[in-house]
Amino acid sequence: MAYDYEKSIRPGKLPHIWCPGCGHGIVMKGLIRAMDTCGLDRKNTAIVSGIGCASRLPGYLDACTLHTAHGRAAAFATGVKMAKPEMTVICCGGDGDGTAIGGNHFIHACRRNIDMTYVLMNNFIYGMTGGQFSPCTPTGAKASTTPYGNPDPIFDISKLAIGAGATFVARTTAAHPREIDKLIVQGIQHKGMSIIEVLDDCPTTYGRRNKFRSVVDMMKHLKANAVPIKAAAKMTAEQLQGKFLTGVLFHDTEKPEYCAQYAEVIKKAQGA
Amino acid sequence: MSGARLEIIERNCKGCSICVEFCPKNVLEMDVFLVTAPRPEDCIKCMQCELLCPDFAIKVHDE
Amino acid sequence: MAKKVALLQGNQACAAGAVYAGCKFFGGYPITPSTEVAEELSISLPKVGGKFIQMEDEIGAMASVIGASLTGMKSLTATSGPGVSLKQELIGYACIAEVPCVIINVMRGGPSTGMPTGPGQSDVMQAMWGTHGDHAAIALVPSSVQEIFSETVRAFNLAEKYRMPVQVLFDEIVGHMRERIVFPEPGELEVIDREAPTDGPDTYKPYDSTKGQIPPLASFGSGYKFHVTGLNKADDGFPTTKASLVDAEERRQVDKVMDNVADIESNEEYLTEDAEVVIWAFGSTARSARYAVNELRKEGIKAGLFRPITLWPFPTKRTAELAVQCKAIVVAEMNLGQMIHEVERAAKGNCVVAGEFRVDGEPINPAQIMKKVKEVL
Repeated sequence: MAYDYEKSIRPGKLPHIWCPGCGHGIVMKGLIRAMDTCGLDRKNTAIVSGIGCASRLPGYLDACTLHTAHGRAAAFATGVKMAKPEMTVICCGGDGDGTAIGGNHFIHACRRNIDMTYVLMNNFIYGMTGGQFSPCTPTGAKASTTPYGNPDPIFDISKLAIGAGATFVARTTAAHPREIDKLIVQGIQHKGMSIIEVLDDCPTTYGRRNKFRSVVDMMKHLKANAVPIKAAAKMTAEQLQGKFLTGVLFHDTEKPEYCAQYAEVIKKAQGA
Repeated sequence: MSGARLEIIERNCKGCSICVEFCPKNVLEMDVFLVTAPRPEDCIKCMQCELLCPDFAIKVHDE
Repeated sequence: MAKKVALLQGNQACAAGAVYAGCKFFGGYPITPSTEVAEELSISLPKVGGKFIQMEDEIGAMASVIGASLTGMKSLTATSGPGVSLKQELIGYACIAEVPCVIINVMRGGPSTGMPTGPGQSDVMQAMWGTHGDHAAIALVPSSVQEIFSETVRAFNLAEKYRMPVQVLFDEIVGHMRERIVFPEPGELEVIDREAPTDGPDTYKPYDSTKGQIPPLASFGSGYKFHVTGLNKADDGFPTTKASLVDAEERRQVDKVMDNVADIESNEEYLTEDAEVVIWAFGSTARSARYAVNELRKEGIKAGLFRPITLWPFPTKRTAELAVQCKAIVVAEMNLGQMIHEVERAAKGNCVVAGEFRVDGEPINPAQIMKKVKEVL
């Protein structure tokens, strides 16, 4: 029954800073459940983020938490993991942080296949700065810097991660809370770079500009347009228009993990 | 199905109403900006409210 | 037993010094003229169980270094001016979050790509003021291969002791010059390790000023759970906007260096006791200046050399004393006049301060320094 989230949260930190209805809190709950399921010792768990609303997440959690500079989470996390491979490393952050200013670090962490789990909360907008368009804002959508509609095409983050070499890529939404922890658990257990893209809602800076009457509308939109990857296989391209695939999108257990590869380098250097 | 106790942590609730809308049994209600649970006897303990609450403001307890 | 001696390039000596200091992590990105530091460490670090990673860019390299340092590893990056420009974002992060690390800057000209294979000393001000916001800086400027080794060791010592980023700047000439180096024996040079927290995990606060000006930093993965952020923070590491706390933290982070200048400062003086003119120079320029001093003395001119080895914090006190003692200070630097501003400020008009500058990718030679000295006297 009632889940004990509080034991994972630093005393006195709630209520959190996120706006009413923001899905980041739902994702944080999923992350806590996933860490519990995996039995992670918080003393040996580093949670690393960049800048933005989603990147405020680590501050709430009782662990080794590192709130870095804008876009740099994956690069800081790479240093932590390389230096102490025995630590579990989890990154979290938003779409703009992870794939615009941090895009280079993101794709290269994927390419190396370093063992960490990146929970990327994609709410299609830069929330903290007041709703400017991100690489994930749908074309045509309104943002504070796209008053005539967004002319930019979008990144498909999961496809980007797969293309860049991540070996576990999954997607779900904030409206599918049970799937959030299920996928994060698989990500943590997978030895290599795991990307969990969680489609999220920002009622404050995205919803109100884009004809969502309420946060509930946004949640219903996420629920209605999520198509599990297995179901999608039986659908036509036309039927899949405007939908997003959810579930485990890619899983490769063959590609070597980066820290393990470097351990081999050390062996060679030491003449073993 | 009975025996649920709904704990509402008022200081955490920001009044988004997600829990009210996604409750399949209409157990919850908004009192302006705060969620209330006027019909706990109808609760089927599906946990949707607790899982979807972004603010750690509602808990479903076994009674 | 005879000491180990080698003919070594400056950049190689830097890598050797890092290993001597106990460096176990290098994160870098290729850039001329510093790449040999990375190349050497890619060989030597895994031999001692350390980690070498070539990151996707300069910022990523700096990020990896800070991340690794937070696990307790002595960490290093090496780059050149354009790379330092990129790293400034996270040098500032290391300042405010107080994470020890060492940044090697093998200086070339600029701005921008400039002359990648030519020497320069144009990052003097960037080393101090490159990152935004108020902060203290420590920058060391060795002028020989032997000194690159020892100053790299000292840079790690200062980084760990003062819990902050420390930069080592040497121009391309010193970085690529080959000289004889005598390797210090283990224990011969002081090696300072990070102070461990006295508090247990339950009461530990990463910025607790009651523990002194430099509160001990725990390591991730050592039983301590704590928060690190680039935001202004309270003693517990969590963000705050409370004016009194922000003010106290900002001042402590500057004071921890400025109150300890005597410990950090290091200069070499040559024939300054009776000098009427002091040539003020560092790095490879100081080698030309030393030659110029000898030649000028032969001609009966009482010249001396002041060579800072610690460039930041600036040796204000000693420079001011020399300004009172002598008629003129000639500042020679491979830029269009950066350090001279600090020298003028310290001299307070007590002597003539003249500059001899060069930015054409050629070293400053003794003849031009001598010419300038004769002009000002």
